[in-house]
Amino acid sequence: MSVAVELSNVTKLFGDVTAVDDVDLSITDGEFFSLLGPSGCGKTTTLRMIAGFDFPTAGSIQIHGREMKLEPPNKRPVNTVFQSYALFPHMTVEDNVAFGLQMKKVDAGDMAARVKRSLDMVQLTHRADARPSQLSGGQQQRVALARALVNEPEVLLLDEPLGALDLKLRQAMQIELKELQERVGITFVYVTHDQVEALTMSDRIGVMDQGKLLQVGAPEDIYEHPKSRFVADFIGEINLIPGTVVDGSTVKLQAGANINASTEVAAGTAITIAVRPERFVLYRVDESVPEGLNRLSGTITRRVYHGDVFYYDVETSEGTIEVKEENRPGVSLYGVGDAAIVTWDVKATTVVAE
Amino acid sequence: MTAEAPEIARASSQLEAAAEKAESRRGLTLAAPSYLYLIVLFVSPLVIIGVYSFASRSRTGRPLLEDWNLDSWAKILGDELIRSIALRSVVVALVTTMLCLAVGYPFAYYIATRSERVRNLLLVLVMIPFWTNFLVRTYAWRVLLGEDGPVTEIGRALGLWDATLFTLPAVYIGLVYGYLPFMVLPLYASIERLDWSLVEAARDLYASGFRAFLRVTLPLTRPGIIAGSILVFIPSLGAYVTPDILGGAKTTLLGNYIVNQYLTARNWPLGSSVSMAIMIVMLIATVWYFRSGARTL
Amino acid sequence: MSTNQRTTANRRLNRLLAGHTWVVYAFFYLPILVLIIFSFNESRLFGFQNWEGLSLKWYRQMFANDNLMQALRISLVVAVGSTIVSTVLGTAAALALERYRRWLGKRAFDALLYLPVIIPDVTMAAMLLVFFTSLGQQLSTVTIALSHIAFNISFVSIVVRARLANLDPALEEAAADLYASRWHAFRRVTLPLIMPGVLGGALLALTLSLDDVVITQFVKGPDTLPTFVFGLIKRSVTPEINAVSSLMLAASGVLVLGSLALQRRQ
Repeated sequence: MSVAVELSNVTKLFGDVTAVDDVDLSITDGEFFSLLGPSGCGKTTTLRMIAGFDFPTAGSIQIHGREMKLEPPNKRPVNTVFQSYALFPHMTVEDNVAFGLQMKKVDAGDMAARVKRSLDMVQLTHRADARPSQLSGGQQQRVALARALVNEPEVLLLDEPLGALDLKLRQAMQIELKELQERVGITFVYVTHDQVEALTMSDRIGVMDQGKLLQVGAPEDIYEHPKSRFVADFIGEINLIPGTVVDGSTVKLQAGANINASTEVAAGTAITIAVRPERFVLYRVDESVPEGLNRLSGTITRRVYHGDVFYYDVETSEGTIEVKEENRPGVSLYGVGDAAIVTWDVKATTVVAE
Repeated sequence: MTAEAPEIARASSQLEAAAEKAESRRGLTLAAPSYLYLIVLFVSPLVIIGVYSFASRSRTGRPLLEDWNLDSWAKILGDELIRSIALRSVVVALVTTMLCLAVGYPFAYYIATRSERVRNLLLVLVMIPFWTNFLVRTYAWRVLLGEDGPVTEIGRALGLWDATLFTLPAVYIGLVYGYLPFMVLPLYASIERLDWSLVEAARDLYASGFRAFLRVTLPLTRPGIIAGSILVFIPSLGAYVTPDILGGAKTTLLGNYIVNQYLTARNWPLGSSVSMAIMIVMLIATVWYFRSGARTL
Repeated sequence: MSTNQRTTANRRLNRLLAGHTWVVYAFFYLPILVLIIFSFNESRLFGFQNWEGLSLKWYRQMFANDNLMQALRISLVVAVGSTIVSTVLGTAAALALERYRRWLGKRAFDALLYLPVIIPDVTMAAMLLVFFTSLGQQLSTVTIALSHIAFNISFVSIVVRARLANLDPALEEAAADLYASRWHAFRRVTLPLIMPGVLGGALLALTLSLDDVVITQFVKGPDTLPTFVFGLIKRSVTPEINAVSSLMLAASGVLVLGSLALQRRQ
């Protein structure tokens, strides 16, 4: 499998601010790759450097093996879908989409055919003569997409393109984008701060914080096996309990409880245990708990109804644990003040070393 | 970082620096023509006039570039005529500004609080006189206020006033007439941008209409007030055409005085020093304006 | 923003404000109207008691006045010429300031550009007179045009800058992303989008040039229309001036309405 985009030791400084800190990244050809992180983590700056709007202070960027150096954006084989769409307000939809082809002096007949195909792909052929201001947000977004894809770039860069859309539309667009990418086969590099979006759409995710690339992996990897506190905390909800490694299969929690966990970290090291709220199972004090599960006893201090799930805060000797239980017949309902046993599987226990 | 990373790092920053330099050169090239033009036709005249203000006057009125002295400057402070003219000019400028503010604020407020269509129409109606020739507009008042002018006729009929031409009130009328749009436009912009929910919040918190205006609207439209005031004060201070057409000997302002020095009395050094003095005052006023938070005119 | 309409709910206050507004409008327009009316007066005297009936006498006299026509021609030549030059220079200056982050002397240039706007007319007039004479340059139409350009560059740049500042920089990045060279990006994206600003700046420059009295008075060789009229006014008040004024008003009116129509189409 060839590499579409390769970043080696890429650093970007703006004055004294380190926006991107020594990032190494390989994006595979044809994959849907997301850069995920909070505002200011450097993901957009990284994207802009791939596009050529900013140049790295150190390091190199290669696209399909070609060193980009100082190539200006108009000479790179990539196209961008901007956060604000950046549709040319004084041109029609058709002219917007044709713009890149015009700049490349594509033959007129060929251009017309490609533009039509592109507009068909985003179902906006009927609005070809409209001005951007006459379109809805979702439609504008699709024009931006068509305008970029018509040029058949080697890589498509998307900078939080769904941010301005409302929830339902956003969710629909996420599915559409994913399907589009699979159909067209072009490498997508997608920047977002919305972890649900990244988890839903990506083949692989790169999590960034404060300029550093913390972890790269498939969504399940990132979600189930976070390698740092930040990643564990940023993606989904998480319970974090400090503890110390006793041996390869045991961890002693901060208040003394011993639990089973599989780890290769050296004994004696201070670590954090991370468990997702939905991996807990609650049992009543008088119920029998299956063997082999980790367990802590506690009291329910809060219950929040969320429609499809219940959130419980359980006060235990190791602190407050947040548990998420499905609102489903057969799952028993706990009330505030009830005593309960919080259990979870060894496999759901992630040891985070920093 | 591998061993070759420092190499990549160094090459990259060099490239980045080169890119920035090219960018910088392009910016300078774009600005160069106007930069040069202004240096030749603005900065150097300014320097020359500054130099002349220290020169002596020859018999033809042109400056003698020898016998450097501070006479012209001393005259500004010492000469009674200049002092009284300067004082009158400052007072006139201040009063004009205040009159424009008093007349302009309610006017701008009314326009800004109409519906969008009405607002646009009203604004166009303000712009039309604004775009018409200043000289013509000032001349119109010369006609109106003259011996046979309609205003005089009405005044006489009502027994209130006689011909007011060539008096200070005439100058005020001309100045307010000329510069009112300069006050109205920034005021309008400021009022139109106001977040009315803040006024509603004040009312919700028991403020009367008047107090809400005083404590919320007025302070929040301060940028517009300051902008408008500067835009009226500065030209009023240097006014020449208006006092020349509508005023008389007794209403000489600094503008008239300077023109006089150059074209009639032929004392260029003195004209130069007074011109520079006015400019310095205006610069101070403008710097103060920018300091008070505004970013552009 | 329909909420602002509710705040003047106090009806009496509303009526007062409305009344004040109409008085101000009357203040603005009556003098102009009176001028126009009297330009058609047969009599050479003013005042309603001296009304002698409608006549185009003064207009005819005006067109026959060679000096006046000459002054008009000079005004137009100077105005068009200085507008073209200052619009090009001013637009380039605005681009340099808004689109390029750092270059040698940028801050000084920014400040310099504001000076012609805030400096009093008379000071600038004096400066330019002194400049031309000290160079031994004879005063002529050229010196007038050069002087007008000197202050118009700033005005054009202010208007264009405002327009540029409102332009989403992402649009120019998008153009580059779509393979446009710097020149193409400027021509196909930036220029069309700032054109209203450029035209607005040009219109402003044209108006300021046609309007100018003081600076022109100092550096003129031959008269422009305003200085010619100014001279007439100083000598005596004749209805011929009314005719000239009315035509100048009509011309301004046409310019304003024309530019509004242009704006509406944008």
